[in-house]
Amino acid sequence: MTKGAGIELELENVCVWFGEGDTRVDAVIDASLSVKKGGSFGLVGESGSGKSTVLRAITGLAPDWSGKITVLGEVLGETRTSNFYSKVQMVFQDPYASLHPRQTIDHVLSESLHLHSFPDPDKRIVKILDDVGLSQSFRFRYPHQLSGGQRQRVAIARALVIEPEILLLDEPTSALDVSVQAEILNLLTDLQAERSLTYLMVSHDLAVVGHMCSEIAVMNQGEIVELLDVKDMRSLKANHPYTQQLLEASVQRRRVG
Amino acid sequence: MTHLLEVKNLSVNFPTRNGVVEAVRNISFSLGKERLGIVGESGSGKSITGRAILRLIKKPGILTADYIKLEGQDLLKLSEREMRGVRGHKISMVMQDPKFSLNPVMRIGDQICEAYQLHARVSRKEAVKKTIEMLEAVLIRDPERVFKAYPHEMSGGMGQRIMIAMMLIPDPQILIADEPTSALDVTVQKEVLEIMDKLVRERGMGLIFISHDLNVVSAFCDRVLIMYAGRIVETCRADKLSEAKHPYTQGLLKSMPQLERRVDRLEILQRDEAWRTAPSISGIVDVEQA
Amino acid sequence: MSELNTSPETKQSLHDWLVSDAPTSRRQAKLSSYYRAWLTLKSNPMAMFGLAILAALLFIAAFAPWLAPADPFEQDLAARLLPPGEGGYIFGSDSLGRDILSRLMYGSRITLYIVGLVALMAPIVGLFVGTAAGYLGGWVDVVLMRITDIFLAFPRLVLALAFVSALGAGIENAVLAIVLTAWPPYARIARAETLTIRNADFIHAIKLQGAGAMRIITRHIWPLCISSLVIRVTLDMAGIILTAAGLGFLGLGAQPPSPEWGAMISAGRKFILDHWWVVTMPGLAIFTVSLAFNLLGDGLRDVLDPKKNK
Repeated sequence: MTKGAGIELELENVCVWFGEGDTRVDAVIDASLSVKKGGSFGLVGESGSGKSTVLRAITGLAPDWSGKITVLGEVLGETRTSNFYSKVQMVFQDPYASLHPRQTIDHVLSESLHLHSFPDPDKRIVKILDDVGLSQSFRFRYPHQLSGGQRQRVAIARALVIEPEILLLDEPTSALDVSVQAEILNLLTDLQAERSLTYLMVSHDLAVVGHMCSEIAVMNQGEIVELLDVKDMRSLKANHPYTQQLLEASVQRRRVG
Repeated sequence: MTHLLEVKNLSVNFPTRNGVVEAVRNISFSLGKERLGIVGESGSGKSITGRAILRLIKKPGILTADYIKLEGQDLLKLSEREMRGVRGHKISMVMQDPKFSLNPVMRIGDQICEAYQLHARVSRKEAVKKTIEMLEAVLIRDPERVFKAYPHEMSGGMGQRIMIAMMLIPDPQILIADEPTSALDVTVQKEVLEIMDKLVRERGMGLIFISHDLNVVSAFCDRVLIMYAGRIVETCRADKLSEAKHPYTQGLLKSMPQLERRVDRLEILQRDEAWRTAPSISGIVDVEQA
Repeated sequence: MSELNTSPETKQSLHDWLVSDAPTSRRQAKLSSYYRAWLTLKSNPMAMFGLAILAALLFIAAFAPWLAPADPFEQDLAARLLPPGEGGYIFGSDSLGRDILSRLMYGSRITLYIVGLVALMAPIVGLFVGTAAGYLGGWVDVVLMRITDIFLAFPRLVLALAFVSALGAGIENAVLAIVLTAWPPYARIARAETLTIRNADFIHAIKLQGAGAMRIITRHIWPLCISSLVIRVTLDMAGIILTAAGLGFLGLGAQPPSPEWGAMISAGRKFILDHWWVVTMPGLAIFTVSLAFNLLGDGLRDVLDPKKNK
């Protein structure tokens, strides 16, 4: 078995940067965190804090990084293998941008299955649509025929149809209405229980992260400034001044007036 | 004293290939010197209502109303030319994303000056002076530097302050703010709202604040209209929003995760067909109250 | 236009099936998306006008032997340079007494042949080069785009001239020459499109499914580039026809007695002052077809522009 029993995803001193020389921008500085199997880990921060870049480094979308990323006991190198993608999947922030505008839902899902050589694509598509709460009548529709919430369900279906173990969630509900957000968050909770998935979720919304995650890392300007337990967050116990500021701003919005 | 703005039976329809989409259906409301919030989810018609007041409905959309009275004057009876005098001068609008509202190749100061000079016959020198003052009023620390800067050099929060400065410089009676802080981080959001609040109060303006965010609206406004499927389903005092009676409003409130309190499952809003068809609630308040 | 759109309109049930919001099979979904595009195009009268002219042109080209009143090559030196309407020559006769109308009808075949070949080849070359350069980036991009720049640097007609004189005159070589000069703009468009698409979330998403570069380019980027290329091609069609006519006019395209429109103008230029119709009729034909392509291209832009389909 792997070291540190039950750790599925581990980052040690990860730095991510864009550009070279004078134009180099350090997006993530020395980030370390670990996510347990079946656990939910939240990364919060404001725009530009580097929280989404962490996910991009894990998935290989941000090519320049250093440090050590371990996924399911395997240390990641320069390129990601097909095997990696069958274990780690991601749901993007904007459901309007993450689906190909000229492909039907059926096309999207069958391509994922084809790429990972799953047998019985038909049966699996029917099942996954059921699992994410979409009726079969959606199967042959194009993205523009769906609402934002329905699109996000499709994006979740695309990520889960190849049965990964880790799901990276990049602000999965920030583009959605609150009532739809509730539906998607509930869906994610249910799917996690059914499939014992591991979540790493990025969000700017403390309430959403608090609802979904048990451990939280607060990022500011590329650095993880504080790691805290969800219980501490709920009782607004934070050590770092930035975390306190964030918590205050979130709570105050409701209390003023 | 009359209302600043009174809207009676406003409807906006969009004919499409598959029938007419009724984006806004027969809504009536009034605005005094107050902060009126319009909340609703996407597609509820809240933004279209804001645009309809300025008669900015693009073709093939059709706008109908008994009247849209600005201080007793019916905007529907004005010509397009006269209407241009109203837009920006008497009623201004701040949009969600300042990046799309500012001209990227023009210095910020020049844009504000131009907006001012369009409505007020003043010399360039005076316009510059007024612009700097206005930038100071939105708490920009170094107004001379910002005056000479280009929009892309500004952060989102700064951009939105600049938009507010630009919209308020001709001293309008009404400001319509369409999701002005939705693209901003929570900490910045607070600052921008406070600036807007201060200016609106000082100048005795009416504010229509359009947002999807119930928290922000209840904290920031005086009165709230809740829209659903093109209708006003409920109207209440903003600080009493948490006691709202309509099942839609309640559902929205309950579906939000709370930071301090953990629930296993979030409540899902159960939509009732009857909400769509029920008549709109009037958002007109008696004049004396203002 | 009547040849093309009779079937779906007449059957209400078929219409309903095609505009259904919940298609039940891949085929229906596909057909339905085509049908919607067709409905949008149909609502644009100018585009339909262009399409009608092109349909008529296709019809004339296909049935030229039956439609043409005379043999396009048959000379009648007694009936030289007759003005339109005289002696049964509707568009008049040329310097060798050949019926201009019949020659135009047969000439439409050559025009369509040239246009068709160029329209097939140039955008495809451009698509390959442009998407590969845009998606792969790095040195591939640099090399491919510099080659494109070299081709762009030559004046179009001069390069075509040089090419044809090297290979010898003839329609096939004219087509090759036009393709050689026409592909670089398509490569540029395809590259520009690719650069915006490659950073879209849906491309990231398919990358995270483990898809390789080849698959992403051909299956995910191409379908989105093709529409802007199609628009550009129809708008360029006029230019292509004119280049082909220009080569014909200079004697480097179709050879006499072939009734190619440019060659016809070239042959008639000696008589331009006294016998205007010899030059004007083929000129009008070129003008009409160019205009038709342009109108259709404008309409297609509204239908296909991916940025508008939100």
